[in-house]
Amino acid sequence: MTGFRLPGGGRIDRGRPVAFRFEGRPYQGYDGDTLASALLAAGVTIVGRSFKYHRPRGLFSAGPEEPNAIVQVGPRPDLKATQVPLVNGLEAGPVNCWPGTRFDAGAAMGLARRFLPAGFYYKTFKWPDWNWWEPLVRRAAGLGRVDPAATAPEGQRRHLHCDVLVVGAGPAGIAAALAAGAGGRRVVLVEQDRLLGGSLLVDQGEVDGMPSDLWLARAEAELAARPETRILRRTTVFGCYDHGLVAAVERERIVWKIRAARVIVATGAIERPIAFQDDDRPGVMLAGAVRAYVTRWATAAGRRLVLFTNNDDAYRTALVWHGNGLQVAAVIDARRSADGPLPDAARAAGIPVATNATLLRALGRRHVRGVVVRDGNRRLRRIACDTIAVSGGRDPAVALFVQAGGRLAWQDAIAAFVPGDGGYTVATGAATGLFGLGSALAHGHAAGAAVAGAAPGDPPLAADVTTGTMLPLWHAGGDPALSWVDRASDVTVADVGLAAREGYVSVEHYKRYTTSGMSPDQGKASGVVALSLLGRATGRAPAAVGTTRFRPPWDPVPIAALAGADRGRRLRPVLHLPAHDQHLSRGAAMEEYGGWMRPAAYPQGAETRQAAIRREAAAVRAHAGLFDASPLGKIDVRGPDAGRFLDRMYIHRLSSLKPGRLRYSLAANEHGIVQDDGVIARLGPDRFLVGTTSGGAARMAEAFEEWLQCEWVDLDVFVTPVTQQWGVVNLAGPQARTLLGAAGTDIDLDPAAFPHMTFREGTVAGIPARVARVSFTGELSYEVAVPARRTAELWDALAAASVTAGIPPPVPFGVEALMTLRIEKGYLHVGADTDGTTYPADIGFDAAGRRGDDFVGRRSMQRPDAVRRGRLQLVGLLPEAADAVLAAGAHVVATGEGSDGHVSSACWSPALGRAIGLAMVRDGRSRMDETVTVDDLGRRLSARIVPPVFVDPDGSRLR
Amino acid sequence: MMRIPCPWCGPRDEVEFRCGGESHIARPDPDRADDDAWAAYLFDRHNVRGAGSERWLHRHGCGRWFNLVRDTVTHEIRTVYAMTDPRPERDP
Repeated sequence: MTGFRLPGGGRIDRGRPVAFRFEGRPYQGYDGDTLASALLAAGVTIVGRSFKYHRPRGLFSAGPEEPNAIVQVGPRPDLKATQVPLVNGLEAGPVNCWPGTRFDAGAAMGLARRFLPAGFYYKTFKWPDWNWWEPLVRRAAGLGRVDPAATAPEGQRRHLHCDVLVVGAGPAGIAAALAAGAGGRRVVLVEQDRLLGGSLLVDQGEVDGMPSDLWLARAEAELAARPETRILRRTTVFGCYDHGLVAAVERERIVWKIRAARVIVATGAIERPIAFQDDDRPGVMLAGAVRAYVTRWATAAGRRLVLFTNNDDAYRTALVWHGNGLQVAAVIDARRSADGPLPDAARAAGIPVATNATLLRALGRRHVRGVVVRDGNRRLRRIACDTIAVSGGRDPAVALFVQAGGRLAWQDAIAAFVPGDGGYTVATGAATGLFGLGSALAHGHAAGAAVAGAAPGDPPLAADVTTGTMLPLWHAGGDPALSWVDRASDVTVADVGLAAREGYVSVEHYKRYTTSGMSPDQGKASGVVALSLLGRATGRAPAAVGTTRFRPPWDPVPIAALAGADRGRRLRPVLHLPAHDQHLSRGAAMEEYGGWMRPAAYPQGAETRQAAIRREAAAVRAHAGLFDASPLGKIDVRGPDAGRFLDRMYIHRLSSLKPGRLRYSLAANEHGIVQDDGVIARLGPDRFLVGTTSGGAARMAEAFEEWLQCEWVDLDVFVTPVTQQWGVVNLAGPQARTLLGAAGTDIDLDPAAFPHMTFREGTVAGIPARVARVSFTGELSYEVAVPARRTAELWDALAAASVTAGIPPPVPFGVEALMTLRIEKGYLHVGADTDGTTYPADIGFDAAGRRGDDFVGRRSMQRPDAVRRGRLQLVGLLPEAADAVLAAGAHVVATGEGSDGHVSSACWSPALGRAIGLAMVRDGRSRMDETVTVDDLGRRLSARIVPPVFVDPDGSRLR
Repeated sequence: MMRIPCPWCGPRDEVEFRCGGESHIARPDPDRADDDAWAAYLFDRHNVRGAGSERWLHRHGCGRWFNLVRDTVTHEIRTVYAMTDPRPERDP
């Protein structure tokens, strides 16, 4: 017999039917159902196949501890059906099986079960090696499928601050929130369910002299009416982090980062099973879940129940079952006697109760058909049933308490770990092992009042039902290899013993060896069962075994929710040049360079990019070109000690620079390694403008501040990054001077008045400008800096000046042509020609020899490693075949096949009409004219080592 | 995630800060330090279990560096003090 909907009751809206599909078949449930309750009510018994053996599985629980009903919902993999709210049009299906749950080809694995114990992979797939087996195993294992083409709905990250955070809105959590917020404190109450109430949604009783549902409605109304109390429903707290940060996820979409002065953990308790043979058959469920489906969702899992328990509390399930007109075949109680009010009530209702009895085995394959029971006289007997409810006690949900730094204590009375001391949270209610309603309400009330410092007032009053002692019981009997510990990972009682015999006695090792607790349910219902069995196998008490470390997330969190809005282009926003649109209108192919979108080249018509780069580079050498250099870093450094400070930050002395002049230098870190290079301008006695690479602008400004604030606190210097305040256009080429003059400027351009490596301030085309004679192309060159918003205007004016001058217009050139030009000239590109091991001396700057004063990294440049022979040094490379373009990163092959360095920059040079390159080669400067072999992923070329300057070695074109 | 009391801005989330490592590493006179002493300055750190001094930058805030004493086991921040202040004598 299968599950069905009861004629009345439940917290579902029978006026609002909901249509959904499972495995392609249409079903109907009601508003208020979960996918799990709707499937159970629709009579679906097999909701999935197990991970390893592909055994048929049915619903086991009604909450986040569900190990069996792992489902795919549309593109979302590995959800637990017990947590999926039923909505119209929902399309869900199982994981772990093909073609379907009813017939699964992988079930053949179950026949090989004897050969697939824990550690099977580690022992078996060693030959020839794991990589050979991996594709096969990956196809056979694994849970849901991720559809790479699917896009998850966009998540959000939100922040909340409050005085008191209450996690869990069961009786204790509600009482705590009511007490904590009574004095007007800011309270946030978080509940994973769509409804508040926790256990009251399943087990109704009387609170403050009224039915618990009425008390619940009043409490909820009171909380809702408080302006400083906020309730987050369908929100799961998944982690407690350092310094009181609590993270929660709402409706799989919103990640909340909550900072609370105090945190109350009222997360309740999770029922655990007792293992017996074939206890994973569909129809075996946790007792509390069987009861919850009846009372909350008006759904019976079957018609004839056997309850197997070691405690009084589970008798509620037999009573509820019976009270709904369903048959309880037997209560099998492992204890010698059961005399509390609940067992008495069961007997009074005519329910057969067998104490001192054990359930050994479930009968039936695709669904439970009965049980084998051993009674107090050790006689075996069969009882027919279609549902087995099992309860081995309850484990307080302590994960958050421990994540927050709390320590656990073992409590014999409930055979479970309970919160001890420490940490920044306060636990209350069933999360502390207080399972009685009255105790939970009183404790929650006191906890709320205490953390809020509010006057306690009266707690909500309810009676505890007296319960007798429970009997710790982990494996009742039957074949241990068919008695399940972790259903989701297919770990059996036998696997625990095997792990112990093989030496995995630490609970952390045991977990990794068996994969116990590593599935979507994270072993919520199986953890204490597993560690107790491990203790039994190794002669230790559970408290001595301990738990595995509780780490966030407590429950799976969609990556999309964690990503929030940081996706697509927003993941890493890029900067646009002030003249971005003008570049586009000139046909620029934009690419990202160090966070900036910049023109790579300006291909014209059908021109290829490579042809465009060569045309642009040739045009600059022959005539003139325009380049947008705005991203170059600019840092304003001023103050009475600015010169002294820069002397210490750069390898060249800069305090001796005259106002109006420029100097090129390198910056190293304290390890002596090249960090950046640039041209420094002295604007005045106390003021410099430091140029950096585009990518180094932020890093260098931060380095300046660190040295000023942490080491040289006596220096009077201010550092202001100004990169984006200025737009910079570089006019380069033999015609640059003519064009700049034609654009109109009040600066005397005569080379004698305005020589190389100086700058002038004035106007260009009517725009206030600072013009620097500095070159990264090797050509006569002017860098014209203007207020950023006037960059496009300047660009147009310089382009149009050709008409006035009566010469062809300057050619716009992109980053790739600039790279070609600077390689031809042998100009360094920090980060391409240098790496994290490059000292200035390696690239031709003998900085350690600077006399008289110190600078960052100088001492390190004298360390043995910096001055040893065999360092990589910057050289030029000429491939023997003129058209053989080298690849940056290709290795220079040493004698004996090791690496003797690598190509650091390479291009085809229009000026030389051949391929050229720069390389870092072992002892390269002493190996001029040597022919070496270059290996580019197996392609081998011969190249000759030459000085790293291919064009205009004496620099006459610059002047 | 830690919450760090910036001396200028008050308590802020860790993501706004950058840790600069152990504080109070004295820079030796480069011309007097032998290779071993210089290497010790560059590389040797105490890596304490328990309370250690660190310098932090409020990078996405006021941009100021400061010192703090943090317990590396519990992440408790014991005290915060200026770059130029001496290391607190005992655990505060």
